Amino acid sequence: MEAVLALAIGTLTASGLWLLFRPRTFQVVLGLCLLSYAVNLFIVAAGRLRTDAPPIVGKVAVDPAQYVDPVPQALVLTAIVISFATTALLLVVLLASRGLTGTDHVDGEEDDQ
Amino acid sequence: MLEARYLLIILALPFLGSFVSAFLPTRARTLAAALSGGVTLAAAGLLVRFYSALGDGAAVRHTAPWLPSLGLDLSLRLNGFSWLFSLLILGIGALVVLYARYYMSAEDPVPRFFSFLLAFMGSMLGLVLSGNLVQIAFFWELTSLFSFLLIGYWHHNQSARDGARMALIITASGGVCLLIGFLLIGHIAGSYDVDRVLAAGAAIRADPLYLPALILVLIGAFTKSAQFPFHFWLPHAMAAPTPVSAYLHSATMVKAGIYVLILLWPALSGTESWYLIVSTAGLATLLIGAWAAIFQQDLKGLLAYSTISHLGLITLLLGLGSPLAAVAAIFHTVNHATFKASLFMAAGIIDHETGTRDLRKLSGLARFMPITATLAMVAAAAMAGVPLLNGFLSKEMFLAEALEAHSGTVLDRILPVLATVASTFSVLYSLRFIHQAFFGPPPVGLPREPHEAPHWMRLPIEILVLLCLLVGIIPALTIGPLLATAVSSVLGERTPAYSLAIWHGFNLPLLMSAIALVGGVLLYLIFGDRLNAMKSSPVIGRLKGRRTFELVLSAIIDGARGLRRLVGTRRQQVQLRLLVLTTFLAAGLPLARLGYAAGPSARTLIDPVFAILWIVGAVSAITAAWQAKYHRLAALVMVGVAGLSTCISFIWLSAPDLGLTQLLVETVTLVLLLLGLRWLPQRRPDFWPGSGTPLSVRYRRGADLLIALVGGAGVAAFAYAIMTRPAPEGISRYFMEQAYPGGGGTNVVNVILVDFRGFDTLGEITVLSIVALTVFTLLRRFRPAAESVEMPEQQRTQNAFDDAREGSKRGDTARHYLLVPRVTMEWLFPVVLTLALYLLVRGHDLPGGGFAAGLTASIGIILLYMANGTKAVEARLHVQPVRWISAGLLCATATGGAAWFFGYPFLSSHFSYLDVPLIGPVPIASALLFDIGVFAVVVGTTVLILIALAHQSIRTPRASRSGELDASEAAASEGEG
Repeated sequence: MEAVLALAIGTLTASGLWLLFRPRTFQVVLGLCLLSYAVNLFIVAAGRLRTDAPPIVGKVAVDPAQYVDPVPQALVLTAIVISFATTALLLVVLLASRGLTGTDHVDGEEDDQ
Repeated sequence: MLEARYLLIILALPFLGSFVSAFLPTRARTLAAALSGGVTLAAAGLLVRFYSALGDGAAVRHTAPWLPSLGLDLSLRLNGFSWLFSLLILGIGALVVLYARYYMSAEDPVPRFFSFLLAFMGSMLGLVLSGNLVQIAFFWELTSLFSFLLIGYWHHNQSARDGARMALIITASGGVCLLIGFLLIGHIAGSYDVDRVLAAGAAIRADPLYLPALILVLIGAFTKSAQFPFHFWLPHAMAAPTPVSAYLHSATMVKAGIYVLILLWPALSGTESWYLIVSTAGLATLLIGAWAAIFQQDLKGLLAYSTISHLGLITLLLGLGSPLAAVAAIFHTVNHATFKASLFMAAGIIDHETGTRDLRKLSGLARFMPITATLAMVAAAAMAGVPLLNGFLSKEMFLAEALEAHSGTVLDRILPVLATVASTFSVLYSLRFIHQAFFGPPPVGLPREPHEAPHWMRLPIEILVLLCLLVGIIPALTIGPLLATAVSSVLGERTPAYSLAIWHGFNLPLLMSAIALVGGVLLYLIFGDRLNAMKSSPVIGRLKGRRTFELVLSAIIDGARGLRRLVGTRRQQVQLRLLVLTTFLAAGLPLARLGYAAGPSARTLIDPVFAILWIVGAVSAITAAWQAKYHRLAALVMVGVAGLSTCISFIWLSAPDLGLTQLLVETVTLVLLLLGLRWLPQRRPDFWPGSGTPLSVRYRRGADLLIALVGGAGVAAFAYAIMTRPAPEGISRYFMEQAYPGGGGTNVVNVILVDFRGFDTLGEITVLSIVALTVFTLLRRFRPAAESVEMPEQQRTQNAFDDAREGSKRGDTARHYLLVPRVTMEWLFPVVLTLALYLLVRGHDLPGGGFAAGLTASIGIILLYMANGTKAVEARLHVQPVRWISAGLLCATATGGAAWFFGYPFLSSHFSYLDVPLIGPVPIASALLFDIGVFAVVVGTTVLILIALAHQSIRTPRASRSGELDASEAAASEGEG
């Protein structure tokens, strides 16, 4: 499982990085989406892999060893929502930039070549 | 005798006055002056009442704890010396305020002037009252800052701006050196407390870091006190209004450096390096200043160079290192402040009443302004060191010290000669000042008809000149006790026996004084007329301080520009590549040093379904990366598949909350990006027609691919290494154990979000709200590119079809399209809302919560929009997302603030059980209210963003509109969502 998840994170990162370096704005937006998946999975993975142990505790005498680490999950939960907001902001900035500059190149102007 | 904490009031009063004055009406000249004068006198009154507590080197201390854990306190310390200095600051400050009331024109924004002046006064007070070196450095920088504002007060004037900038750059750079020097001293002494530093003087002088610390502190003091070679900023600061010059260059600003030198004198002086550096700099400044002052044609320029010269004298005295010389230094500091302030004010009156400060144009003013002339003559005589005036007494002490042998070097032998020469120069320029301005034939061609200044404007000069006389004639009765208190507080047991009498018999210093007086008069008789023809000072005129300064400055700026051209780029792709490569470096270095190894933990068995899930996920991620350029929709779908794999993995890995939220976010992100697709340009597959892809592009893509692969491999390796190691003991155990007993919920993730780390979440939803408002604002002014303005092809086809068919209107096809799903979507609306409420309420105990519920509710609203179209929905349903956002933020903040009423810190939560009929006891936590706030913010944010974007598609393009609507009005009416 660890190897599968590590490879998954690696693939998402590589695809995201590749898109991040592309010149067209839409590619960059998609690249950031993929990167955010990778990062979120990475953070959850940092809490170690546990199946069937969600952090829904009982009301008395909790044994923390029985549950998965909740802290990375709390971090990622807000990260997911924020990543939506930043994607939206980025998209709108890029759309506005295209309206103003007439190109969807990330620099607002076509490459010289 | 007052309590020590009244010191705080003395310090705070000028700052308070400054703050109030800043808000007075622009023309309230008299009110601002009255306020400033009142504040200054009140602080001075408090200060005077401390005097009785300061005998025999005693000090008053007050410490207000600020960050005790870091050893940072506001530490105030008042001893005889700082008392005397504070009295100068406040006393001369009050006189300057009175003078400025009449000097400043009613046309200027005078309250701002007084605001700066009071703030400067407060900074100076803070400097001399501080009991901590770092605090001194802080107030030191404040004085630099406010002097910059004061010198540049007439900011419409180029020379004022230049002078202010130069003063700021020189003194603030010196301030940095001073701070580093203080840090070194504090490091050696083990404390920044002034008393402990002074007590550790011997240890400091013996430390190997003594020399660097000394040099840094001296650079600070020399820049501030205009010592050679940093003296050139002071004459340029004469572009300031004259009250500012009178204040900054007599009692305050330039004396700050002297203050620090005297303060640290017991700890730092007495070594060879101190003697050599300080006395050489002082001597050079004394001579250069006096020499240059002779050749000035500007009244204030003459006074500026004479100030430099007198500061050099004080520095030289401190450099000599003997206790008697230190006494002379303190005494001369006070004397110089009184006569120089009055001379600046007199120069200001001349300027004010005649319209010029040019000595060549001025002449015979004594018959027009006899009182001012008399006052200026007395003050100038004090500056020249004429007997029966205060300047004479300290100059005698200086000459006596100059005769003493201090080091056995050649300096000992030439010092008496040079001191006499400097005194002669001083007589010469004082005489020139008086004779040129007040005697001779009546002036011709002045800009204004000269006449006597108003009485209130002369009053400050009268008071100061009276003090010069009193101190000069009966020193033991006037300055004597104050000086004794100050000296004993600095020198302690080393306080020497000194005499303030005006007659010490016929001795060598008296002879030197006489030579200087006679020599000065003779020189003036011989050369006086020729001086008027001089354009610059001989010899010294070649030292172009200003030129060097500008050259250095422009070299620095050019260097920075060149560096930016060399290493900077505006290309985002290059920047991102550099960013990622830097990350590689940061990760690679420890890896190269420590090596890589997988951890020892037992691996969990590979579940084939999980493996298949990620084969699909990885393939779609790669496909998305590959196809994002030409097949945007396909790439979007592929990203969605990768997102779903992520979502399923979350659930698999025991994170149901994450899975739920990810699924919902996935939905809204997809809608968002689909809405955005419409505004992107069509991509031509043959970007490089004919010739094929250029080699440079292929090379660049290859490099990008390599970076991406290395990055992916690196992250995978890191993730694997982390996952195969046992988890460290973190804070999770506490959260787990306290979730129910402390937070009243069993869903630990939710309890962390809304309770344990509630403040983070509050920040989070604030960020969300800001982003949504930014998106909304950006879209109000959105102008699509010309090629995207046209209606999409599908809509055109539909409309053409509708037009061609009998009995159908435009839009019918779209209306009939997907009728069944549309009805289903519409009917689902209440169900989705109910689900959202359910998720919200159960969130504290089971997966759900404000974020998930908010997203669900907004998806419900979006479904409605998709089913019916924007116009149809908005005719019936009025969603006001901005209100949702503000209500949510208010709710969350109010819930947090409510804890205050019960005496708990912000965001403490409370929970108990509420007995609901039929259902039984229901847990009610205040965290639920907070979560409702989160819910409302998320609904508002998501809906605002998506609706604002969706509205762009139904906007009527500007070009096709018949009437030209006002642009802002159009945008406003369309942007409302």
